Amino acid sequence: MSTQVFYFVATLSIIFSLMVIFAKNPIHSVLYLILTFFTFTVHYVLLNAQFLAVVNFIVYMGAIMVLFLFVLMLLNLNKETEPVKSPLIKIVGVIAGCCLIVTLVGSFKAATITSPLILKNPGLGLVENLGKELFGPFLLPFELSSLLLLAAMVGAVLLSKRDEVEA
Amino acid sequence: MENLTIQMAGVPLNHYIYLCAIIFTIGVIGVLTRRNAIVIFMSVELMLNAVNLLLTAFSVHSNDPSGQVFVFFIMALAAAEVAVGLAIIVMVYRNTKSIDINVLNRLKW
Repeated sequence: MSTQVFYFVATLSIIFSLMVIFAKNPIHSVLYLILTFFTFTVHYVLLNAQFLAVVNFIVYMGAIMVLFLFVLMLLNLNKETEPVKSPLIKIVGVIAGCCLIVTLVGSFKAATITSPLILKNPGLGLVENLGKELFGPFLLPFELSSLLLLAAMVGAVLLSKRDEVEA
Repeated sequence: MENLTIQMAGVPLNHYIYLCAIIFTIGVIGVLTRRNAIVIFMSVELMLNAVNLLLTAFSVHSNDPSGQVFVFFIMALAAAEVAVGLAIIVMVYRNTKSIDINVLNRLKW
């Protein structure tokens, strides 16, 4: 029964991600992207990666998507200002993407990893297990990522500030 | 929850690979065909998420929590990237009154 849930959710995520790139209005794109991320959260729950499901829900659907919507509203875009590419470039882009998927699927067929996904340790994706991993072997990268976030915050503030100094 | 994930044993790893390849390709097509800088950004997010899902699937497959830790780091990186990228887009919009990426083609020289 659960495998059917996977295929259902997988179909939904493919449909929603197609809607993201083919929606004319950027606001609709953001809303479809939120739905896509929601389906990804369901995938994480199905894989029993509960920590990642919660983080995906909070960080992606909460923080990042709010940032996207906020910037879209700040820029005050609508359908009229939406730049359109010529149909030729669109067709060429879609053909290039199809070539990519054919290449990827062909190479994965050669790999033949067909063994079913078995959750050997049900506590694998829980907070306890990942916390031990994160504060054990991965302590240095974890602390470095805090530096990265600080640098990104300073950079974002600095970039979006109007430069009054030069004037 | 426990029962649900125990029953999860049926899905082959191959299907996760195909799903993630398809979503990654959709992201690539989005980058190639759109000119709105924000939509291009969202396509990049799609690609990052496809990679995240595949890393998690492989982590579950080989029973190794490191893969999920990598996903956590990628999420932190994506948050930082989005903040800086959107700041750049806001600055470009302020200077050119447009978020058409073709306005920026002089960056090539």
